[in-house]
Amino acid sequence: MDAIFLQLLNGLDKGSAYALIALGLTLIFGTLGVVNFAHGALFMLGGFCAVSVQKLLNLSTQVKDESIPGLEMMVDLPYLQVWLGETGAQIISFAVPISVIVTIPLMLLVGVVMERGLIRHFYHRTHADQILVTFGLAIVLQELIKSFFGATPIPVPAPQMFSGSANIGEWLGMGGGVSYPWWRLVYFCFSTAVIAMVFAFLQFTTFGMVVRAGMRDRETVGLLGIHIERRFTIVFGIAVVVAGVAGAMYTPIVSPNYRIGMDFLVLSFVVVVVGGMGSLPGAVASGFLLGILQSFASMNEVKQLIPGIDQVIVYLVAVVILLTRPRGLLGRKGVMED
Amino acid sequence: MATLEVSGLKKSFGGLKALNDVNLSVQFGTVHAIIGPNGAGKSTLLNAFVGRLIPDAGSVVFDGISLVGLQPHEINQAGVVRVFQTPEIFGELSLLDNVLIPAFSHRDGEFQLNGWSRAAEQAHVYEVAKHMLEDVGLYAKRDMTANSLSRGDKRRLELAMCLAQEPKLLLLDEPTAGMSRADTNSTIDLLQRLGDGKVTKIIIEHDMHVVFSLAEKISVMAQGAIIAEGAPEAIKNDPRVQEAYLGGAHL
Amino acid sequence: MMNTLEKQDRWLLFGFALVVLAGPLLLKPFGAGYPDLLQKFCIFGIFAIGYNILFGLTGYLSFGHAAFLGIGSYTAVWSFKLLTMNVLPAIVLSVILTAVFALLIGYICLRRSGIYFSILTLAFAQMAYNLAYSVLTPITNGETGLQLARDDLRSVDRLFGVAIQDGIPSTNFFGLSMVGYSGFYFCAVLLILSFYISMRITRSPFGLMLKAVKSNQNRLKYTGINTRSYALTAFVISGCFAGLAGAMLAVTDPLAGADRMHWSASGEVVLMTILGGVGTLLGPVIGAGVIKYLENIFSSFNEQILNSVFDFLPDAIQHPVVTFVGLFVGEGWELTLGVLFLVLIIFVPGGLMQGLQSLQRRIFPARPTPAADAARGAH
Repeated sequence: MDAIFLQLLNGLDKGSAYALIALGLTLIFGTLGVVNFAHGALFMLGGFCAVSVQKLLNLSTQVKDESIPGLEMMVDLPYLQVWLGETGAQIISFAVPISVIVTIPLMLLVGVVMERGLIRHFYHRTHADQILVTFGLAIVLQELIKSFFGATPIPVPAPQMFSGSANIGEWLGMGGGVSYPWWRLVYFCFSTAVIAMVFAFLQFTTFGMVVRAGMRDRETVGLLGIHIERRFTIVFGIAVVVAGVAGAMYTPIVSPNYRIGMDFLVLSFVVVVVGGMGSLPGAVASGFLLGILQSFASMNEVKQLIPGIDQVIVYLVAVVILLTRPRGLLGRKGVMED
Repeated sequence: MATLEVSGLKKSFGGLKALNDVNLSVQFGTVHAIIGPNGAGKSTLLNAFVGRLIPDAGSVVFDGISLVGLQPHEINQAGVVRVFQTPEIFGELSLLDNVLIPAFSHRDGEFQLNGWSRAAEQAHVYEVAKHMLEDVGLYAKRDMTANSLSRGDKRRLELAMCLAQEPKLLLLDEPTAGMSRADTNSTIDLLQRLGDGKVTKIIIEHDMHVVFSLAEKISVMAQGAIIAEGAPEAIKNDPRVQEAYLGGAHL
Repeated sequence: MMNTLEKQDRWLLFGFALVVLAGPLLLKPFGAGYPDLLQKFCIFGIFAIGYNILFGLTGYLSFGHAAFLGIGSYTAVWSFKLLTMNVLPAIVLSVILTAVFALLIGYICLRRSGIYFSILTLAFAQMAYNLAYSVLTPITNGETGLQLARDDLRSVDRLFGVAIQDGIPSTNFFGLSMVGYSGFYFCAVLLILSFYISMRITRSPFGLMLKAVKSNQNRLKYTGINTRSYALTAFVISGCFAGLAGAMLAVTDPLAGADRMHWSASGEVVLMTILGGVGTLLGPVIGAGVIKYLENIFSSFNEQILNSVFDFLPDAIQHPVVTFVGLFVGEGWELTLGVLFLVLIIFVPGGLMQGLQSLQRRIFPARPTPAADAARGAH
């Protein structure tokens, strides 16, 4: 029982990442009608925003080593610690949450530039062309990051106060055996908050209402005289920001490197397809579901039964769903059913 | 012996009765028009003719074969050829290629692994294609890309493509929709000439001029059922039909 | 009309064969005349020709073809290990096995079209890649890659009493070495053969149907054509070409690795097809040649060479210029590839062949009725 619960938790952090990326993908596909193969790369960019912020905060200078009296040794100490002492150290420790604040405007800029400069010219081109151009963009982004940051993963630690494990078992009266890393909990809560915000925005603002209407029936919205395309930039920007902050916050869980975008991309598309290509709740739900499914499939007991199942389970599910219920779990009836 | 026999066709979508016990009998070689106000169920009926509709009850039988649930290519191989509201052609290919494709389909069936023979050497098929293009007056433009044609010419091309298959039943879904007066008249001419007496034609139309120029028999649909049926003159004067069209002024 | 087309094709084939066979001579001034690179031209040309039959003609975008390349390579290496160093069984077995997989995978993926088809191929490619690195390591040898060993079984060789040499024997075609120029000519013949096959397919009624699938699949269905059968056949054919290319990679360098199978590696062949000109005959081969040539050049640049090239600039400018250009060369070849990809898709979706054709039309003005499509006489 404990093991199962632990696996459930284990699936939640990956599932959260999938859900956030899939959310953005669905927003873009549902509203703009564009298939964005660069979305994984945007997740990666967010991660490297965190890396950059961490590097920045850790800019150091040489300071006299006080720990060995009598010996004139120099040691590196971050500027922030030199100026602000303990508070400085605390700030550095909080690099990741701070980077989220930086990531938002940065990714918004990236998103706006991308949409205005590139994506909008592809609204009326075929899906194949959209896939190819965003794929090309993803390669360019990925390779640029590789040039500047190298090919090895760069570890980014979580803030000090979140670095240990929480004793979840105790909270839920399950005995002391079950513990779960604090930061993964934080990530899960963070992602639910972001998802809630996006849904709230779509549900409670006029802008959001137009977007939702456009997702359901673009033609009618256009006939009503509403210029949906003006809103495209903003929607795209939101999707990019979501992917970016998801990536930034994910860095303590998996150290970012230039390939992480592509790794997440395929899975995210699988998630979107399983959830239903135009359905936001579907994307989120299937993101969590598939994350948990993958986690269960990695259990040793399961792997002994069917070796290699963890590698393929998610894709097999996607194949089955695409063949039997092409509209996905929560997709609209009639979509893609020919 | 009826070519197309529709019996007791029923289809509901939720609470809406799209088809309410439709019975229709189309005789071989005739031109049969189906008219009716918007929402009468004409499109739904058309979907039944091309196998896209699984009815709640009833049957659709063409030449002894049930059309229910058949794939589009099976419908076509059975002899039912469809002319779309917006001309559906192979835009990027030449006119000649456009007509060659149905000609090959007619000769080879739904699938033929003839990847080694040269298309250019299939003399008989080429003859058929040439004939069809000449019949509709497009032979001179045979090397042009189909997308470069006018709407009226695209319709003519589509008709050439359809007739290249020697269809038994031609389904025309508002063939003159969106056309100028001139194009409409030339389409009527074409339809009168082609396949006369050897091809059964079912036309769904709004333009009464077209209907009365071509139809030998008219069925009028309203609210999912056929409310009147008969020769054009009879239909013109039928009070029920006039009522269904809200005033009937444009009849 | 019909006969001139056939005559045109004969000349095209003859010209193509001539250029390919004279490759070493023609490319020497470009520094590209050596066997390794020439072999790569041929192998990727074969891959691109096959891919073009699916993507170029039917429009179906598959991300799984790199996986077929991988399957071809692994099969070939296993044939070398278990049967014989003679390349014929390796090639034959590779094509057969790839055909089987292509049939299975294609059957499933083609139940959907458009982007759903692409995502399905993506899912299968990722599965194959993951499995190759995990569960299937007995077959694939995981990250190390599958290699030849001295004590390989080579049952057929032993049966025929082929002499046991010191060290690892080399691949051969009934004695003809696969290394060096003889290896190149073997690849070249296969390339010419592949070109001929693709020409016949494109000119056939079958090829016409494939183009119709891309143009208006709905209409084609209502014209009585079982489009799925045509698409599946195209999928299998292109898969076989990929398998052949994979086998040839192993023939010229008996090593098989799973990184060749990653779905993003399929991106390279897409680029080749598009660069050369989607749906044309020569396009894929030209595209493959150009990409491999550029890769060869760009990868070999390094900072020293760049510095000597830009020596004429004042120091203050030279350094940032070298740094900037340095992003795109050496290890940065992938970046250049990505940029090339972007530029192509955005500005020249018709590829080089389209550019050449418009050039041709400007130099030799067209007849009264223009035929703008590749279906008729264009190559």
